[in-house]
Amino acid sequence: MDTKKLMVIAPSPHFRDKVTTTSVMRDVVIALLPALYASAYHFGTRALLLAAVCVISCVLFEALYNIVVGRKQTIGDLSAVVTGLLLAFNLPPMIPIYIAVVGCFVAIVIAKQLFGGIGQNFANPAILGRVVLLVSYSQAMTTWYIPHPAGRVVELVSGATPLGTLTSGGTLNLSYADMFLGIGKGGCIGEGCGLAIIIGFAYLLIRRIITPTIPVAFVATSMFFSLVLGQDPIAHLLTGGLLLGAVFMATDYSTSPVTEKGKLIFGIGCGFLTVIIRIFGSYPEGVSFAILLMNIVAPHIDRLTKTKAFGGVYDEK
Amino acid sequence: MNKLKILINGLIKENPVLVLVLGTCPTLATSTSVKNAVGMGLAATFVLVGSNIVISLLKKIIPDKVRIPCYIVVIATFVTIVSMLLQAFVEPIYNALGIFLPLIVVNCIILGRAEMFASKNSVFDSMLDGVGMGLGFTLALFLMSSLREIIGSGTWLGIQLYSGIQPMSILTLAPGGFFVFGCLVALVNYITNGKSRKKQKKGCAGCPSAAVCANAEKGECNA
Repeated sequence: MDTKKLMVIAPSPHFRDKVTTTSVMRDVVIALLPALYASAYHFGTRALLLAAVCVISCVLFEALYNIVVGRKQTIGDLSAVVTGLLLAFNLPPMIPIYIAVVGCFVAIVIAKQLFGGIGQNFANPAILGRVVLLVSYSQAMTTWYIPHPAGRVVELVSGATPLGTLTSGGTLNLSYADMFLGIGKGGCIGEGCGLAIIIGFAYLLIRRIITPTIPVAFVATSMFFSLVLGQDPIAHLLTGGLLLGAVFMATDYSTSPVTEKGKLIFGIGCGFLTVIIRIFGSYPEGVSFAILLMNIVAPHIDRLTKTKAFGGVYDEK
Repeated sequence: MNKLKILINGLIKENPVLVLVLGTCPTLATSTSVKNAVGMGLAATFVLVGSNIVISLLKKIIPDKVRIPCYIVVIATFVTIVSMLLQAFVEPIYNALGIFLPLIVVNCIILGRAEMFASKNSVFDSMLDGVGMGLGFTLALFLMSSLREIIGSGTWLGIQLYSGIQPMSILTLAPGGFFVFGCLVALVNYITNGKSRKKQKKGCAGCPSAAVCANAEKGECNA
């Protein structure tokens, strides 16, 4: 009937966009590709193997969980691919493969699916996976390898990360440019090349996947506090997982605040905690713990920074 | 109530740890190894049976207003007995349990059963309830500690189970304890859902803590 077409009554939202979870996740995967390329450049095929194992096992765990509990299959939204890539980026290159698989299990099944799947998780799955591995297998998770200084590694040499040297009071023998490009810098496979991460960041901004608030607040705060505490702020910026965490992991939709003011608070909190853990904590790296802690308070930040609806009044209580 | 039903009530349907969520602190603290957990479970069972019997015997003598201190005195007596027995005969377990052994005095399961069951039922029923609840506590501890010890340290009752793969040591730490606890509670909920939960009434009638809740008579939680 024609009358049906003339008047359609429906609840909001009335306007629809073409953006879907899948398209957002696809953009994040594209933004991660430069860092994947850089990790393969520095750490060779081992990095690609690790990334492939993590992506495949994350997708498999999600598919299996959905089959076992009889839930709608959700692997098509690509979020498990993003989790797998991010988790792989947070692992040292020579970690045993089975430990990486355990990390994927924790990330997908425990951190994400048991809490109700995508959008319901209280913490970033990749971060939780990494933290559980770090606490469980602290030796394997902190055995670092230095990529060959000329790039195109054939063999990896074990050694300390620049951040470890930095926070334990040693002096670095790397130039800022080397640190920025990840040349001769030990660490997790995805965090080495700052340039690649910044390319990904620019892509996410252009595609409007994220707003710059959290990454900028995160990085600026941690540089400020490392300066206040008498350490080299640029070295703190370019070593460890600060850039990777600030751009790709602190900005996760379901575990960061929605409002811009909330995002600012979230980023500042992450930056502050990162520096505190790096300098005073027993672990050399604090980014993942800082993001995890701020993930937990994100709902409260949202509640405190609730915006006023147009024409509405604040609750007097 | 059917005698057998009282006995098996504590095992799954009203498991003190996994359904009533009582005694969480000793559960999380002592379930890092099977040996400690079973020692803890049996010690608590002994105290529970003893205190249930004595409190049930004294239920008409104890004045209502000072019943909690009276229960504590009875429970503390049995805890002292059990801790002296453990120290005399199985000193390793006594040392491993440490502070958690004297803390059985304030274990919510024991006080909870005294309040919920022993003060209202006959001596024999109270003893059966103590045995059932104690075994339920031991069973929950046994399950939790088995999972935590096998995955977290690669051993079971101290026997090396596998080598070559590093055990996931977070399970022997506090966060791992909460993981396993949450998963077991979810499992028990899943198992009992089909049988008992459907018939259960919502609100205070279906609430396991209704007997000790001050607001149960008013029929609301936040009165």
